[in-house]
Amino acid sequence: MDLTLHVWRQKGPQDKGKLETYPAKGISSDMSFLEMLDEVNDGLIKSGQEPIAFDHDCREGICGMCSQVINGRPHGKQEGTTVCQLHMRQYNDGDEIFIEPWRAKAFPVQKDLIVDRTSLDVIMQAGGYVSCHTGGVDDANALLIPKPTADYAMDAAECIGCGACIAACPNSSAMLFTSAKVAQLAALPQGKPEARKRVLAMTQAILDEGFGNCTNHYECEAACPKGISVKFIAKLNREYLKTMMPTSTGA
Amino acid sequence: MNLFKSTVGRKILMAVTGLCLVGFISVHLIGNLSVFAGPDGINAYAEHLHALGPLVWVFRLIMLGLFAVHITFGVQLYLENRAATPDSYAVQKSLVTTFSAKTMVFTGLIILAFLLYHLLHFTVQITNPDISAHNLALDAANRLDVFTMVTKSFHNAFIVLVYIVAMVALTLHIFHGISSWVQTLGWSTGTSQDKVTAIGKLVAIAYGLAYIAIPLLLLARIVK
Ligand code: HEM
Ligand code: SF4
Ligand code: FES
Repeated sequence: MDLTLHVWRQKGPQDKGKLETYPAKGISSDMSFLEMLDEVNDGLIKSGQEPIAFDHDCREGICGMCSQVINGRPHGKQEGTTVCQLHMRQYNDGDEIFIEPWRAKAFPVQKDLIVDRTSLDVIMQAGGYVSCHTGGVDDANALLIPKPTADYAMDAAECIGCGACIAACPNSSAMLFTSAKVAQLAALPQGKPEARKRVLAMTQAILDEGFGNCTNHYECEAACPKGISVKFIAKLNREYLKTMMPTSTGA
Repeated sequence: MNLFKSTVGRKILMAVTGLCLVGFISVHLIGNLSVFAGPDGINAYAEHLHALGPLVWVFRLIMLGLFAVHITFGVQLYLENRAATPDSYAVQKSLVTTFSAKTMVFTGLIILAFLLYHLLHFTVQITNPDISAHNLALDAANRLDVFTMVTKSFHNAFIVLVYIVAMVALTLHIFHGISSWVQTLGWSTGTSQDKVTAIGKLVAIAYGLAYIAIPLLLLARIVK
């Protein structure tokens, strides 16, 4: 199939950038979206032009690197799919495709479609961990965790940190990403000791990094390639409310 | 305090104040509907309210506080959210959000403008002095004739238009807001989410229709 691509080109962080149009000819419907871009880049390189820079790593939907807004939807039109797992059979001959980088103040464009997502790491470093002692390893299953709790935590842990939720959010809020980690750890016994500290630190990091505030649009959930539910945002809000209650130990 | 600065804390304050405001518009609606019961309905209602004396002022101060908190943080969050999103997409698409959710700050500001007008109209009574209760004769039971003030006001198509525009804004505002607080206060679960949102929208429409019915039915002389 033959397509027309409108791709965001930006030389560097300071450059203004603009959409450029490229033909993509003879594209096989079996290709992934990134393979299609590889083909286009091949052509650009052969004709002495600068290839389109885009992020990618695993190409199997688990690393969260591929980050493109395709025709206004982060990760493209197929629900629950990262760009690398999106296939050209989703498109038809003659389609026009707009490809843009994630847009948010906290995600400055580095080059073309590549944005800097360090801000997500900063949120994680603020509290997305549990402290533990090194030394002898606990017996497996010594700590009982009910199956529904384990499932709940696992659902939240599915977040791959891609940032599509922020790209989709009209407020560029990082609540879905943050809530996935807060909820996962707050649900598990290992995460409870630091639950208060965690939710305060991580929500503070959201603002410090220049993300917006959640106003319950739920665009994030609709765009998330891993189906992370906004129920985790409600859980984060509950965890925040809990920080205002006195603890039973009086702390 | 963290509550006034945090991204979640300020949302919680908005939700709590928003919820109190919904409480207010509920009570206010019931009171207003008494106009359909004629002078003995709304004039008696108004007299009971005034009989509360200083309590009226306590209530007014509470309302002022609620609005101040709700509006301050509403505008503040809106400005921060705009700043966090400096560039838009060439192709902009919404997947699930609503017009009502996207226009909260604007419908809110329309409500605020209306509120000021509404107070000047029916409380201070300086916009239409000729048909203000203060200048009208007392009713048969020696009460302020709020009924005549309201019905005469709503025989004026322009005033009715202002009220309808404002009530449409209010409906849009609570179309999102009336269920949004459930999430903000952390009460939603994955399975309740859709139902709560649907109920919220229905309730908002019911409020809207009831509020709009008052000026519209009076203008159309369907209720006299
Ligand atoms: C009687 C009048 C009003 C009622 C009943 C009301 C009710 C509500 C409710 C229930 C919410 C949802 C809170 C949440 O998301 O949890 C809300 C949000 C909001 N309100 Fe109001 N409100 C009123 C007036 C105003 C006014 C005058 C403004 C002026 C700017 C305003 C601005 C906002 C904004 C910007 C939001 C969005 C906040 C968010 O979604 O995070 N509201 N309102
Ligand atoms: S919540 Fe979903 S969209 Fe957001 S970073 Fe995680 S996987 Fe990506
Ligand atoms: S490249 Fe790893 S998720 Fe797409």
